Amino acid sequence: MSGNPMLSIENLHAAIDGKPILRGVNLSVRAGEVHAIMGPNGSGKSTLANVVAGRERYEVRAGSVRYEGRDLLSMPPEERAKEGIFLAFQHPVEIPGVTNLSFLKAALNAVRKHRGLQELDVVEFRGMVLERIRLVEMDEELLLRAVNDGFSGGEKKRNEILQLAVLEPKLAILDETDSGLDIDALKVVAKGVNRLRSPERGIIVVTHYQRLLNYIVPDFVHVLSEGQIVRSGGRELALELEERGYGWVHAPDTANGGEARP
Amino acid sequence: MTLPAGTRDRYLAEFERVGGSRKGRPAWLRRLRDEALARFLASGFPTVKHEDWKYTGLAAIEQGEFEAAGADGGDLSPADIAGILPGEEADRHVLVFLDGRYRPELSTRRDLPSGAHLGSLTGALGGEFDGLVPYFSRSAETAFTDLNTMLMEDGVFLHLAKDVRVPEPIYLLFLMSPAARPVMAHPRNLIIAGENSGVTVVEQYAGRGDSGYFVNSVTDISAGRDATVSHFRFQEEGPSACHVAALRARQGAGSRFAAHSASFGALLSRHDVHAVLDGEGAECLLNGLYLGNGRQHVDHFTTIDHAKPSCASREYFHGILNDRARGVFRGRVIVRKDAQKTDARQTNRNLLLSKESEADSRPQLEIHADDVKCTHGATTGPLDEEKLFYMRSRGIDEASAKGLLTYAFADEVLRRFDLPVLRSALEEKLLAWIPETRRVQEFLRETGQ
Ligand SMILES: Nc1ncnc2c1ncn2[C@@H]1O[C@H](COP(=O)(O)OP(=O)(O)OP(=O)(O)O)[C@@H](O)[C@H]1O
Ligand SMILES: [Mg+2]
Repeated sequence: MSGNPMLSIENLHAAIDGKPILRGVNLSVRAGEVHAIMGPNGSGKSTLANVVAGRERYEVRAGSVRYEGRDLLSMPPEERAKEGIFLAFQHPVEIPGVTNLSFLKAALNAVRKHRGLQELDVVEFRGMVLERIRLVEMDEELLLRAVNDGFSGGEKKRNEILQLAVLEPKLAILDETDSGLDIDALKVVAKGVNRLRSPERGIIVVTHYQRLLNYIVPDFVHVLSEGQIVRSGGRELALELEERGYGWVHAPDTANGGEARP
Repeated sequence: MTLPAGTRDRYLAEFERVGGSRKGRPAWLRRLRDEALARFLASGFPTVKHEDWKYTGLAAIEQGEFEAAGADGGDLSPADIAGILPGEEADRHVLVFLDGRYRPELSTRRDLPSGAHLGSLTGALGGEFDGLVPYFSRSAETAFTDLNTMLMEDGVFLHLAKDVRVPEPIYLLFLMSPAARPVMAHPRNLIIAGENSGVTVVEQYAGRGDSGYFVNSVTDISAGRDATVSHFRFQEEGPSACHVAALRARQGAGSRFAAHSASFGALLSRHDVHAVLDGEGAECLLNGLYLGNGRQHVDHFTTIDHAKPSCASREYFHGILNDRARGVFRGRVIVRKDAQKTDARQTNRNLLLSKESEADSRPQLEIHADDVKCTHGATTGPLDEEKLFYMRSRGIDEASAKGLLTYAFADEVLRRFDLPVLRSALEEKLLAWIPETRRVQEFLRETGQ
């Protein structure tokens, strides 16, 4: 695959509440590619995902992130969303008082308006949502509830995938969408993601389990450890990690051919 | 604390004036008025040293030179009244009190089922309903309820005989007209709902213009065995007004009482709710929203007294405070020794939209029985950063996201107002109040929520 990367992260350093979390992340994602990011708890995976999505709580201390040739870090989160970035949250928040369906519609309208497309009318929107909700096998009744309000863990994750399916972003980042899901739900997530796979789109899947990667087959697998990508490889790397754990890929410099720390 | 001489003289003169025109009234009422006067003169207005008034200074009331409003009341047409009442509702009873006085020509009276009596309280006191004394003297009094007893001139008396249900809501509009000098009114309402009866009452308080005035109302409700009483209160006094109100309810076995409240107006407001669940299986819902901006001070003090076993109470109060406004909430829940199987839940949440706004929240559970379920929760803080980010990450701009979260926070309470006309009118008012409201309105329109 050629051309400029869709997303290019260089030497990214980020901190939260004064505590450095990302310590020089480098990652390029081209349109059409699926990247998996794995790594131990607390290594900075969600931090990376949130920085790309624009969460202001994280302080970017060095480095750059470019998206479709533009400086992503100077864009507010809503702008990034409208430009086609989507983060499926590890912990989707509840928004009491805003119904799920209204929220979906507002999100879709925002994106469509930005792309110069007509807003969907009520009938078109309903039709589309009903089609997508079947795809993610979510209970229709959840559309009329407040966003994620009182949803079970699995329902929240499905709701993220429903939003993904409705918004059809260019760059989708899934942060542990598979955690806490049963095998059927896992397949639903995979179906939602695979449906989006196309030469125009990039996908980043953060996961702890190689299991998901049986269904969403990645082009690249990266290991994030202590705020750096310490190893990158093909999908076989995920199998190796599953077998051997993270211990053997500890030191940041192994990725550069240096010696591994004990 | 005793009263300053000027204030004392003013209230004494008022008392003479009111009492002077009420010589023919029942003796028990004169006695109650005298007792109230004696207590009021002895104690004066409470100070912040008083536990129940810790966060609410009353200088604006104490120093205000309030006199009874004149009877001239300004020119108002029924169309003006229609513009003030929430929404359009063909089928409702409306009683209008202008500057504290009943105005039949502005009111809309319709037929009531037989066994229902709706009229002026002062009219009822000397007439056929002479046995009202127990309803007047059985609640804990405060300086303000005493003041009301001393000075009350008018208000509503509603009486429902056994099994009588009034299908349409009854609106009581207490309106203050603009006045050159500070005026006051002390409306007094009494609602007696007999066994298995049912009624919906809306009390609306509104001011025209921004003159300073003082409204001090008391509403007593008695809900008989298995009765259903839904009470709604919408306080939209003028921006310089002082508003004090007490709502006191006593519930019989199996009765259901709901008190919904929306406090939007007044510079200084204080609302006391006191519900006594005095029969097995009674249920009580207190559901309130208060909004404050500028320098508004809005105080709610609720007491739910579980006096008998197997009663349930639910209490939800949300406050939104902007600018330098201050909100105060104190929620007492008392569970008496014999009130086993009590199920009581209380939440108070405060949203602070500015750095200078402030909220004080004090839940107070006094539990004397052992087999009970009682929970309470209170939160105070700015808009949730995670929720904001979640919305923005879906393309919703920051201003809209803030407005929407604010609206949603308040609407959680308004959604329980099960009187659709009032609820949508309040949602409109809420929208007009919210900063960045245009975006919110667009959102609601576009999404059809
Ligand atoms: N507000 C905060 N203050 C201090 N440290 C924080 C804060 N938020 C996150 N962290 C820390 O940042 C580090 C990285 O967290 P992050 O959520 O990115 O990890 P992760 O790789 O996604 O982990 P997991 O696999 O458990 O989801 C953790 O050590 C976490 O404790
Ligand atoms: Mg994480």
